[in-house]
Amino acid sequence: MKTVQSRTLRIVNDLGLHARSAAKLAKLAGEASGGVWIMKNGNTADATSMLDILTLACPAGTEITVGIDDEADLNTLERIAALVRSGFGE
Amino acid sequence: MENHEHQEIILKGIGGSPGICIGKAYLVDKEGVDVVKKYVIRDESRSAEVGRFKTAVKKARTALRRIIDTTPEELRHHTQILETHMLLLKDKMLYDRTIDVIETERVNAEWALKKVVSLVKPIFENMSDDYLKQRAEDITHVSDRIMENLVGADQVDIGRIDKRVILVARDLSPAETSQIQLERIKGFVTNRGGRASHTSIIARTLQIPAVLGVGNATLKIKNDDIIIVDGETGIVVVNPTEQTLLETEERREQYEIQKALMARKSHLPARTKDGLRISVMGNIELPEEVVSVLDHGGDGIGLYRTEFQYLSRPDFPTEEMLFDNYKGVVEVMGDRPVTIRTLDINGDKAVNYIRDSYELNPALGLRAIRYCLQKPDIFKTQLRAILRAAAFGEVRILVPMISGIEEVDMTINLLDEAAQCLEQQGVAYKRDVPLGIMIEVPSAVVTADILAEKVDFFSIGTNDLIQYTLAIDRGNRHVAHLHQPLHPAILRMIKRTCDVGREKGIKTYMCGEMAGEPLFSPILLGMGVDELSMNPQAIPMVKNAIRSIDTADLHDFMDVLMRKTTADEVQVMLERHFGGVVSQIEPEQQEP
Repeated sequence: MKTVQSRTLRIVNDLGLHARSAAKLAKLAGEASGGVWIMKNGNTADATSMLDILTLACPAGTEITVGIDDEADLNTLERIAALVRSGFGE
Repeated sequence: MENHEHQEIILKGIGGSPGICIGKAYLVDKEGVDVVKKYVIRDESRSAEVGRFKTAVKKARTALRRIIDTTPEELRHHTQILETHMLLLKDKMLYDRTIDVIETERVNAEWALKKVVSLVKPIFENMSDDYLKQRAEDITHVSDRIMENLVGADQVDIGRIDKRVILVARDLSPAETSQIQLERIKGFVTNRGGRASHTSIIARTLQIPAVLGVGNATLKIKNDDIIIVDGETGIVVVNPTEQTLLETEERREQYEIQKALMARKSHLPARTKDGLRISVMGNIELPEEVVSVLDHGGDGIGLYRTEFQYLSRPDFPTEEMLFDNYKGVVEVMGDRPVTIRTLDINGDKAVNYIRDSYELNPALGLRAIRYCLQKPDIFKTQLRAILRAAAFGEVRILVPMISGIEEVDMTINLLDEAAQCLEQQGVAYKRDVPLGIMIEVPSAVVTADILAEKVDFFSIGTNDLIQYTLAIDRGNRHVAHLHQPLHPAILRMIKRTCDVGREKGIKTYMCGEMAGEPLFSPILLGMGVDELSMNPQAIPMVKNAIRSIDTADLHDFMDVLMRKTTADEVQVMLERHFGGVVSQIEPEQQEP
C-alpha cells in the first residue's frame, strides 16, 4: 500500500461494519482531501464509499487497517480511528 | 363473451423442466426498465448526458428527503433505510462509476447505470452474510429511483416482481437469471434455448416448469395474459378456455401425486433387482442447492459447478471465499462424496472480466482447463481452496474439457505445488483426493486408455460430449432437435469409456443430462456406468427406475441395442422394453 499513514483497528460494535456505521465512516472519509482506504485480509476498499466498505464484510472483531494517501489528512485518520474504537457510538 | 383477442393459442417449444403451472405472464424484455436501450453519445453531448444523470439523482434525493421529512416523528425509525438510500444515491461505487462509464464508453445514462448496477449488485448477492446480502436490494431500489427519473415513467424491473408470475423472455443469460428473485417465478417460457441451456438447468434445479425454444413466445404472449406452461410436453397455452384450465388442473394434480409417491422412497439406496447398488448423486451450482440434493435422497454431489462464484462478481474470488463455499458444501454432505469440478468458464458462460479477447467460437476456444492452465495463478487459487476443503470431508476433484494427457500432467503438477505451498504455510489440507476428468471431448474418449493411467475416475459429461461429437450447438433452435443422446455415436462413446474404465480398474461416472433421464438408466447400467449424477429433483425418478432393472437381463438387450443404426431405432427399442420403468409410478400404484 502506498498510504503514508495508517492505523490498525478492531471493529468492536456488535453489528460490525453495517450500513449505518459504514455510512458514518464514509462521511468522515469524504472530508479528506486525498484517498482514504480500508484494508482487510489483503482486500482494499475506498473508505469514502459505503458500498465499497460493505463489500469487505467486517463483523465485530474484525481487524482492519485504515490508511491515508495524504499527510494532510492525518486529522481525518485520527477521527476515523476514534470513531471505530468508540464502536461508532452504538 | 370472449373476443378473438382472448382466443386460446397453443405454442409448441421444448420441455426444459417438468411440471405444470398456470399463471400470469410477465414479459421481461418487451417493456419495462429491463429493456434499457443502449445508444452512443456524441463527444460533445457527454457532459449533457452526465448532467441528465446528475439531475435524475438529484430528483431522487429530493423525493427521498421529502418522504423522510413528512414521516411522523413516531415512525421515524422506519426511515433509517431511506437515509441509507440517500447516501447510496451518491455513493462512489454507483454515482461516480456511472458518470465514469458515460464519459469513457460514451453511452447513455440509463445504460451506464444499468451496467454499473449489474456489476455491483452481485457482489452483495453473493456474500454469505445475510445482512450484507440484503444490501443488494437497497442497490436495486436506489437504481430504480434513478432509472425512473431518467426514463420518466413508472416502470418495473425483473428484480422487483412482487407477485408470482411466469417469466416470458427471449432468452435469459446466466447473469440475468442470477438477478431474478427466483422465489417469485412460477415458470419460464423463452424464445430460445433447449433442454441443456442454462435457463433449463436453473428451472429444473428450482423444480419449476419451463418451456424453451418456443420461437415467438414474446410476440404471442402479452403481459398479464393467463398462460399454462407444461414442461413435460413443451406446450404453452395462452388464454386457456375454462375447459383447458380444468383439464390442466387435473393433470397438475396427478403429476404432484406421482412426484410425492416417488419421493417417499427416494432416501433409500437404489439397488437393482439383482442387488447392484448404484450411487445416485446430485449436480449443484450454488451451495444452497445441497439441501435440495439431500431432500431428494442424493447419495452425494456428483458435480459441483464452480463457475457461479466467478460469474457474478466484478473480479476473481479470493481463496478464502472459495474455501468457505466449498467447505460449507463438504460439511453439509458429511461422509458423502462431493465432486468439485474446477473452473469451466468461457464457452457458454462468458465472464465479463475474463473476456480479454473476443472469440468467434468460444465452445472451441480458450475455456475450462485450457483457460486454467494458461492462468495458473487463478487455477492454483482454486486448487488450494479445494485441497483445504478436502480436509473436511470426502472431496473429489473433477477437471473439465480434458482433451489430452498433457493437461492431466500439468494439473497434477499444479496440485502438487498447491499442496506443497499449503504444507509450508502450515494450513490444513488433504492432498490424497481422487482426481477425475470429464469425458466430454471426443479425443478424451479415443485416448481414454492413456488418460486412465493418470486419473482415478472418469465422469462423462454428456451435454458437451454430444455437442462436440455431433457438432450440434445445443442453444441453436435450428439444430437443437439433432442433439440426440441416443445417437449410436454417443452410445459407442459412452460404452468405450466404460469399457476402458473397467479394463484399467477405474470407475466411470456420468454427470450429464443423460444421467437424469430415467428411461436411459437401463442403457447406462447396461454399459456399466458406476454412478449417476443429475439435477436433484430427478434423483427420485432415477432411483425408481434403477430399482425396476435386473442387470442380468441387460446383456442380451444391450447386444441388440448397440447394433441399432439410428437414434430413433434405439429410442423405439428402449421404450418398448423399458417404457414401463418411467410410467410405473402412475397414480394406480398408490393403491395398496
